[in-house]
Amino acid sequence: MDKYLLVIISGIVAGVLVRFLVLRSDYRHYPAYPHGYFTHIALGFIAASLGAVAIPAIAKPDYVAVTFLVLAAQQFREIRNMERETLNNLEESKLIRRGNDYIEGIARVFEARNYLVIITALATSATTQWLGIKYAFITAVIFIIIALKLMRGSYIGDIVEVVEGRIHFNGSILMVDDVIIMNVGLASTREKILQDGLGVLIKPKDDDARLTLHSPGQRMAIIHDVVAVLGTKVDMNETELAPMARKNVDTGHLGFFIVPNEPDIEMLIAVIKGVPVLETAQGTTLKSFYGRKAAD
Amino acid sequence: MATTISGLILAIITTDLNKVSGGGCPVFVAKDNEEMEKVSLLLSRILGGVIHDLENGVYFIFRH
Repeated sequence: MDKYLLVIISGIVAGVLVRFLVLRSDYRHYPAYPHGYFTHIALGFIAASLGAVAIPAIAKPDYVAVTFLVLAAQQFREIRNMERETLNNLEESKLIRRGNDYIEGIARVFEARNYLVIITALATSATTQWLGIKYAFITAVIFIIIALKLMRGSYIGDIVEVVEGRIHFNGSILMVDDVIIMNVGLASTREKILQDGLGVLIKPKDDDARLTLHSPGQRMAIIHDVVAVLGTKVDMNETELAPMARKNVDTGHLGFFIVPNEPDIEMLIAVIKGVPVLETAQGTTLKSFYGRKAAD
Repeated sequence: MATTISGLILAIITTDLNKVSGGGCPVFVAKDNEEMEKVSLLLSRILGGVIHDLENGVYFIFRH
C-alpha cells in the first residue's frame, strides 16, 4: 500500500505542477480571475489523479478499474464545451470581439492541456513504480519541458514581417501605404485618424503565412490582442475609429489600422508578433503537392 | 442580447437632392457642406452608424 501511495502521489504532484505551469494569465489569456484559476487547477488535480492511479491499478492487477479510468478520461472533453460556452457568452457584450476561431483555439488548448496532465501523471507514476522515485523526477522534468516548449505553438511573429505603415487619405478612402482600409466620411474624423492613428503592414514570409493572414478569424484575433494591450478609442455609437485589418489583394499583405489609447508603434508591432497562429486559420498549402507546384 | 439589423443605409444627407432618388431611408437636405457635416455627425451618433462619403456631395449613414 505504501509503495502505491508513493507512486500515486508522485504522479499527482507532477501532473498538477504541469497544469500550474501552463496555466498562464497574461493580457490575452483567459482565465483572469482567482475562481477561474481554481477551477482549472482542480480539474488538473482530477486529471493528474486519473493518470496516477492507472499504473497501480494495472500492477495490482485490477483491470476493471483501468476500464473505468478510460471512461473518466472521456469527461475531459466537456472542458472544451465549458470554455467555449463561457467565452461565447462574454463575446456578446464586447466591442472588439475575439471571434469564433480564437475561442475555438483557446477551448481546444484547455482540453489538450488536461490530456497532457494525464500523460505526465501516468509517465511519472510508471517511472516511480518500476525505476524508483529518483528517476520519476527526471521523467517529470522531461514532461514539463515538453509541455512548455513543444506545446507552445507558433506565433504571428514567426511567419510574418511587421513594419510601420503610413496612414493617409486618398479622397475619402483611408489607406495604410497601398492597402485600402475604409471610407471615412467626416473631415473631422479624418483629421483625428491622421493625428492619433497608427498603421502597420503585416507581410507574410511565404504562401502558408499568406493563407493564414487571409483568414478573417486570424485577423480578428490580431485586432483583439492589440486592443487588449493598447486600447482603442472606439465607443458604442462611435464605430468610425474601429481597428481594421484589410489585405492587399495582389500581394496578400495586410494593412492594419488602429486608433489606440497608447500610440506606441514599437509596442504595437511587438504585440502583433506575439499573437498566436490559430490552429483553424493556419495555412498549409506548401505542405501539399499542388500547393508547392502552384507556388513556383 | 437584442437583435440589430446591420448592412443597412440608415439615412442619406446631401446638399444636392438631384443626386439621390427613391430608396427606403430618409433623405436629409443640407444647405451647405458645413451643415451636411454637422447633420451627419449627429445622425451617426444617434443612429449608431458610420458616416461614408460618396465624394459628390452625398453622405450616408451605414450600419456595418
